Amino acid sequence: MNWAGWADFFAMGGYALYVWGSYAVTLGLMVMEIVLLALRRRGILGRLAGIHKRDKP
Amino acid sequence: MNWFHYSSPQTFFPLAGVLARGFGAAAVVFCIVGLYIGFFIAPTDHQQGEAYRIVFIHVPAAWMSMFLYLVMAFWAGIGLAFGTRLSGMMASALAPTGALFTFVALWTGSLWGKPTWGTWWVWDARLTSELILLFLYFGFMALQAAIDDARRADRAGAVLALVGVVNIPIIYFSVQWWNTLHQGASVSLTSAPTMAATMFAGMIVMAFGFWFYSIAAALMRARCIILERERNSEWAKEVVKGLK
Repeated sequence: MNWAGWADFFAMGGYALYVWGSYAVTLGLMVMEIVLLALRRRGILGRLAGIHKRDKP
Repeated sequence: MNWFHYSSPQTFFPLAGVLARGFGAAAVVFCIVGLYIGFFIAPTDHQQGEAYRIVFIHVPAAWMSMFLYLVMAFWAGIGLAFGTRLSGMMASALAPTGALFTFVALWTGSLWGKPTWGTWWVWDARLTSELILLFLYFGFMALQAAIDDARRADRAGAVLALVGVVNIPIIYFSVQWWNTLHQGASVSLTSAPTMAATMFAGMIVMAFGFWFYSIAAALMRARCIILERERNSEWAKEVVKGLK
């Protein structure tokens, strides 16, 4: 085990800003991409459902 | 199994949905295992201390940034050569995820460079060529967005993507060709990795995690692009009715 406790873990041997700054931005971007894709899909389905309904004879 | 069966948007659409879910689940599992190895099993580096732990996202992201570009250019080239509709859609679906990992590689590299090199950024050959890769992704996306006709956008994008492929070997070999600040490869296909086995294991597991994530995200985006482009077809109307 590398860490004496959670405080030691979060301190990252004094490199907390660099390590957590890297991980936070990476995780944030990946989550954001998936959320944006889910919203895009929902938007398309909503729009197309509306268009297709209007097109009905 | 007839793979050409899945080369039309209509048949690929449901398959992509199933695959995206599977690869997405695999990505979560691999990233959790990779981070566990990276933070709790891999030892502290005796030179860089804990700062080196950025490696578990920096190197996999940098690999993905180059690999996704090659896959994108491959599909773009296939689409250009054979006029297959789905190939162009796959190329477009890969670009934003490739750009994301290129940015992550640059961002984490910068945060690693500050404590180890003493600077956020230098115009080193590796860093500069990776930045050019980011601009190639942006250029590809901007060019496609600027052209209304989807097939013409695919062809124009494909030419740009294929020309840009020349940058990939430049990034990969930059640390050998130019003697600049970025270190050489610790992992190569021709020799044993020059790092602790547990560090290497964490990096490889994270690379698989990022790879599976990329597949899942690209397939999700491909499904959106297929629906947008095929919205007037009968099958798309049925799909929309079923999913709504």
